[in-house]
This record gives sequence, structure tokens and C-alpha cells, in this order.
Amino acid sequence: MSSFEKDDEQSGSRRVGLVSRGPVITRRAGLAGLLGAAAVTTLAACGGSEEEGSGGTEGGGSGGDVIANGTEPQNPLVPTSTNEVGGGRLLDSLWAGLVYYQADGSPQNDVAESIESADAQNYTITIKPDQTFSDGTPVTAQSFVDAWNYGALGTNAQLSSYFFEPIQGFEDVQAEPPVAQTMSGLQVVDDTTFTVALTQPESDFPLRLGYSAFYPLPASAFDDMAAFGESPIGNGPYKLAAPDAWQHNVRIDFVPNETYTGPRQAQNDSLAFVFYETYDAAYADLQSGNLDVIDNIPPSALATFQDDLGERAVNQPAAVFQSFTIPQNLPHFSGEEGKLRRQAISHAIDRAQVCETVFQDTRTPAKDFTSPVIDGYSETVPGSEVLAYDPEEAKRLWAEADAISPYTGTFTIAYNSDGGHQEWVDATAAYIRQTLGIQAEGAPYPTFAALRTDVTNRTITGAFRTGWQADYPGLYNFLAPIYATGAGSNDGDYSNPEFDALLNQAAAQTDAAASNELLQQAQTILFEDLPAIPLWYSNVTGGSSEAASDVQFGWNSVPLYYQITKS
Amino acid sequence: MGWYIGRRLLQMVPVFFGATLLIYALVFLLPGDPILALFGERPASPAAVAELRERYNLDEPFIVQYLLFIKGIFTLDFGESFSGRPVIEQLAEAFPVTIKLALIALAIEAVFGIAFGFLAGLRRGGLFDSTVLFLSLVVIGIPVFVLGFTAQYLFGVKWGVVDPTVGGDPTFAELLLPGAVLGALSFAYVLRLTRNSVAEALSADHVRTATAKGLGRPRVVTVHVLRNSLIPVVTFLGADLGALMGGALVTEGIFNVPGVGRLLYQAVIRSEGPTVVSVVTVLVLVYLLANLVVDLLYAVLDPRIRYV
Repeated sequence: MSSFEKDDEQSGSRRVGLVSRGPVITRRAGLAGLLGAAAVTTLAACGGSEEEGSGGTEGGGSGGDVIANGTEPQNPLVPTSTNEVGGGRLLDSLWAGLVYYQADGSPQNDVAESIESADAQNYTITIKPDQTFSDGTPVTAQSFVDAWNYGALGTNAQLSSYFFEPIQGFEDVQAEPPVAQTMSGLQVVDDTTFTVALTQPESDFPLRLGYSAFYPLPASAFDDMAAFGESPIGNGPYKLAAPDAWQHNVRIDFVPNETYTGPRQAQNDSLAFVFYETYDAAYADLQSGNLDVIDNIPPSALATFQDDLGERAVNQPAAVFQSFTIPQNLPHFSGEEGKLRRQAISHAIDRAQVCETVFQDTRTPAKDFTSPVIDGYSETVPGSEVLAYDPEEAKRLWAEADAISPYTGTFTIAYNSDGGHQEWVDATAAYIRQTLGIQAEGAPYPTFAALRTDVTNRTITGAFRTGWQADYPGLYNFLAPIYATGAGSNDGDYSNPEFDALLNQAAAQTDAAASNELLQQAQTILFEDLPAIPLWYSNVTGGSSEAASDVQFGWNSVPLYYQITKS
Repeated sequence: MGWYIGRRLLQMVPVFFGATLLIYALVFLLPGDPILALFGERPASPAAVAELRERYNLDEPFIVQYLLFIKGIFTLDFGESFSGRPVIEQLAEAFPVTIKLALIALAIEAVFGIAFGFLAGLRRGGLFDSTVLFLSLVVIGIPVFVLGFTAQYLFGVKWGVVDPTVGGDPTFAELLLPGAVLGALSFAYVLRLTRNSVAEALSADHVRTATAKGLGRPRVVTVHVLRNSLIPVVTFLGADLGALMGGALVTEGIFNVPGVGRLLYQAVIRSEGPTVVSVVTVLVLVYLLANLVVDLLYAVLDPRIRYV
């Protein structure tokens, strides 16, 4: 999990910001059953042509040997046990899922031939025939079903097991001890077809299938998963250059997988990831031409990298949303009084100024609760005016709340001090202090783990920083896991039946536009209640060497490595 | 001599237990739940959490965890990190690199420190002496990361003389720059120690006697002055080897050397008890052994010292 909100990560370690690649789809309660309109979804968006985005050359172009920065994976290279970006980027090169995401986040079929559902709850998935893993064994429906069952089984302790929660029978395999070894919702029909039954409609389930937790596994993996994790065999555009190509803490070498016939054909001759402890070291290598692409600029170079790299610099919003959450049970922050105070605090912060001075414009002030790189994003969701810096309005709202019940005490924002958060927390607290005339300050925790423990146990006594990096490019992914009643990452214990109802309706829609429309209505409710105060979107900052071309960053801030060529 | 070494080695046993217990306790006391942190901000499946706690003995009370760890060590099983890799494998990868780096740093500081200090001491108060003293003060004043980044930028990025980072399986030449940065601070200390020691020895009785006997100046300064002046320097160098290995964290970070510093840092961040304790224990042993070697070297430098 290291999620890194990448900016946080100063050492390749888990300096997790609060954001992580990780299990996501949880709605324990709240999304009660609903029978949406029973239209047939054929995921038209997923019916992409095979040659798109590729020069069409089979297995390896003449694009040179590309070297990219990486971090030592924190887990074995098994799809369901990887939930951090260091391992995730490797998996995405080694594997092909049912769908993949283009740079703009739109899904395209990779291994899938079709993903169909009449009710957004029961899916029939057909895969393309004659697909193989890099060791020559066939990719079948069984490869997917076995891999998913392995990932879901509680005793396998897979970090991404929550991805399978929507599937029927998940509770049985997660029971202690498990009462079933496999999920009843997964059925193999024939070599190329399997069915998935969910416990309730989830219209964006097909969209999630590009995430690494849903990758297939060859039969040989189950004999010795530990050995497999050291030397994985996938079905993607690349394979390991040798069985021992993973040199721990040093680098990993890939070569194009000639048995891969999908749309993400490797355009280079080889791809290596060098593991860095700090982005400073990686940046020095980029400047001296030893590295071709870097996906994060170290804080020390943020002020200069656009000049250093010129057109080769990248600085664009990413699918990372930053906020601080004010728990619902915090004194003075519930009910009508709470609403006023939350809105006052939101109006009190000059986000643009913090982005400029603290982050050197590598953050983009938030306009909603999602991210600009997500399909359906809007800058003008009704209610988003509450994000504007307006000290007068802030003072007025705060005074109105004081009339209900006078405020006492200190407003604190908790953060993990191992992640480079002190500056912006201090700046934000200063705005609150100066605008509202109350005591406000940061509350540092020594480590990410310490902060998470207090947040998880609900023993935290103030606001705390939160962030979310999407696992798949959908608005729903930014809202349901965090703000739905009882959702797994609803750390502030927010609950609003109206909001839940809109989420449920959106989940049952089979038309993406209609679904997004409902989700934007749900956001309007969030702007009213402000369970968390939106701050900004993290930008992806990166760059490439003079020798590299065709460098494009994907929706998830990771470069599309297979496209990169080198002269 | 044999008895002496045996006794010293026996003394390491309580130190070993004390150090491991203390460090294990410190890691145990780190705030936060390391297993929950593995899941990041995402919901942690209770079944997976329970399974992982059991796998890493984290469901046991502290003293049981410690005893299980010690039991493992006697069967050369140092446990596993959260990545599922045996700790001993990671030690075997990281230590050779750091030992190489530390030895290079040690060699640089010893050779240049003693040579410059010796020359400065011989001409105390001269131009060379004053210059060297001033420059060593500057080196002592600059934090190692400033030195490291500057050296990396100048030699690696601007002039392109060397690669800015090192990477795996480093060669001697690749480690020269990081080694020099790592050894820079101690170099300044060694220089000043040697210089003072030599200057003092020059006016010692046995040196005057040697000169009076009619020995040539080269023989007087090398055998009678230098050899006698080296005792404090050797003490410093011995203690420094341990410090260099444990303190290579910053230098390893700057030059991306996959050594002990990185291993230790990441293990601390992740609260991986077994890894932290194993690394630190080896460092403690290195420190103790280096001190033993220093004590034995005294006898070589000063014939009056005998060990029985």
C-alpha cells in the first residue's frame, strides 16, 4: 500500500500518504438492494478494437531499452497481494486484465471479448480465445475464477481481498474459519466464459476489472505462491527477462512478451525499473541521462524542474483527491451548527494561495470531491461555491453557529509527520485561525501507522487529513467507499440517507451518463454537509530524458510504459 | 592473548541479549498497528488481519514474541519481513554492500587523514598546517547531506564524471564518491587527531633521545613519532567503522546504494521488529569486534602493552 500519494513519498518506502492503491469497493450497508431498470449492458465502451493505441508490431518494437524509476515492491508480485504503486506498476506491465485503461481513463477490452449484464448484478464475461501466459499455458475462464477465489479466501491474507466483496459468497470465504473455499457467485461456463453474480447491482463493476486484483493466474502459481511471487508469470505486454530478473532493492528487468496479442503492444525493446530510495537520486539520474522517465519530482526540484526539463516536464492533475475529515461526533460539528461551522471553515481557506506557495503549483485547488481526470467530472457542481475563499462569509457563518452554541477549544488537524504534510497543515490552520479568530493548529503523529490506528479505532479527537487515490477511473469510486453510510473508509462516520439513496440509484443505472448525473446530485448533498473539507487534487509531476519519446501519463499518474520509445 | 580474546568474546553474550531485548522492546513500543498500516487507508479485511497477526506472531504478548525471535536466531531463522522475504536473505544482500562502502570510507579517511595530519603536525604553525586546519573545520561544519548532494550534482550531473547513483552490485570505482562523502567528516577528525598527536610526540623525551642517538630524521619521524602517535587515531578509526556502517543511511539514500541504511530505515517505518533487531544486532556485533581488533592493535603499536 504505499500508496503513495506520490508527493509524500520521499523514500521508496511506504510513506504512505493517506492514499493508497488498495481495496476499495465496500459498502457494508447503505446500498440496500435495488432493482434498477433491467436494461442490457454490453459495455459498449469496452468493445475497443485490438490495434488501437499500438503500432501493431507483435511483441516488441525497435524502441530501445527504456529505464524507468520504481520502488522495491512491498509485497510478492502476486496481483491480489499488491496494493501499492511500487508493485502495481510492475503488475500492470506483466499482466493483462479483462479491460485496461487508456490515458484518459476510458476502459478498453484487453483479454475480455465482452462483459454483459441485463441487470448490473449478474455478469457474463467472455474472454478472447487462444490467449496464453508467457510460459505458454492458456488463459482460460478458470484462470480468472481461480485467481479471484485465491484473492478472496481469508486464510490467504491477501491485501486486496476487499475487491471481491461485491461477489456472492464473499462472506463465506472471509469467515474465520472459512465456511467455503470458493465464492458461489463465480461459475465457469466453458473455457472462455464465466459468470459473476453480485450481491446487489453495481453498474461500474466492469470498470473495476482493469485493476490488478482482477488479473488471472496460471495453474502453476497455486503450487507455490511464494516462489511465484518472486518470479511471476503473467499474460501482459512484458515478461521477466529471466526467472531471477527481480534484483531486490536494485532493479527488475522486463522484455516484451511475444505471446501477448492484446492492444498494449510494447513499443520498446526492453523495460527496466530501477528502484530508488529517494526521488532526489532518481532525478539526478534523469538529468544525467541514466533514467528515461520519472513519475515524481522530488520537493527539492519542484521549483526548477519545469525550467530544467522544458517540454519534457509533466505537471497535470491526477486522480488523487486531498481533504481533511471532520468527524461527525466532534463537539460543535454536528447538526445545523456543524453544517455552518464546516462551511465557515471551507470558506476560510485560500486554497489557490496554499497550492502556489506551499506546493509550487503542483496541486490544483479542488472544485469537487472527485478528480478532473475522471469521466463525468464537473467544475460547477451546484453547491461547490462553498469552496471559494470568502473570509467575510466565513466569519458570518461562524458567528451564526456561535449563536446556536458558542465555540470553545482548539481546532486541530491531525497528520502524519513522516509524509511532508506539516507545511500545508500549518498554512491551512493559519487561515482558519486568522479568519475565524479561533485556536487552530496541526496535530502531528509520528508515523502513518500511528495516525491510521487512531483513525481506525475512532480515538482521534479532532479533524484529520484524508486523501483518496482512485483504483479505477469512476466518480463512484471517489464517493461510495468514503461517504456512504458504514462504508469501509468512512472514517468520519458520515451518514445521510438521501446521499445513500442517490448512490444506490447510480449503482443500478446501466447508462454511464445517467449514473454520473445522479452522482453529481449526490455531491451537492456533500457540499451541504461537508463530511470532509475538499482541499486540492494532487498533480502528477514527472518528466523524461532527451532520448525518450512518446511519454504519456495514464489516468492513475503512472506512465504508459509500453508506449515509450527511445532513440 | 587467547584467554584475553576468549574473555572479550564471552562479554559479547550479555551485550547481545541486552541489545536485542532493548531494540525489540523499542520497535514493539512504536505507535500504531503495523498490520493495519499494510492496508493503507482502505478497509482491512478482519480475516486477513487475523491471519497476518498470527503469521508474524503479533498476536502474542511481547516477551513471547521476543523469545520466539531469539529461538529463531539459534536456528539461523531470523524471521520474515512483511514482504514475506526471509530477513537473513535481506541481510545477506545489504551487508556486503555497506561493508564495502564503509571500508572504502575508512580507507579514505585513514590514508588521507593520517597523511595530511602527519605533515601538518611536523610543521606546526606553518602555512600548510593552518590551511589544512581551516579546511578540516569547514568539512566538520558542513552536514553530510549538503556535501553529498553537492558532490552528486557537480560530479554526477554537471560534469558527468561519474554516474550520480550507484545501484546494485557496486564496483570499487562506483563507491569511491559515496565513500569519500561518507568518510569526509571522520577524515577531518582523523586529520586533527593525528596532527595534534604528532606535534606532541615531536617534543617527547624518546624522540629527543632518538635524535640525540644520531638517528636520521626520516627514521625518527616515521618509527618513533608516527607509530606512537597512532594509538588515539586507531581507537577513533575502530569505533568509527561501526558508526560508518550504521550511519551510512543518508549517504546511501543520496547515492541510491541498496545497503543496510535503507533496509533499516524501511524496516523501522514498517515496524518490522525482526528485521530491525537483526540489522541492529549485526551492527552491534560489528562494533564490538572492531573494538576488540583495536585493542589488539594497541599491542602492535606500543610494545609496552601486553595482553594476558
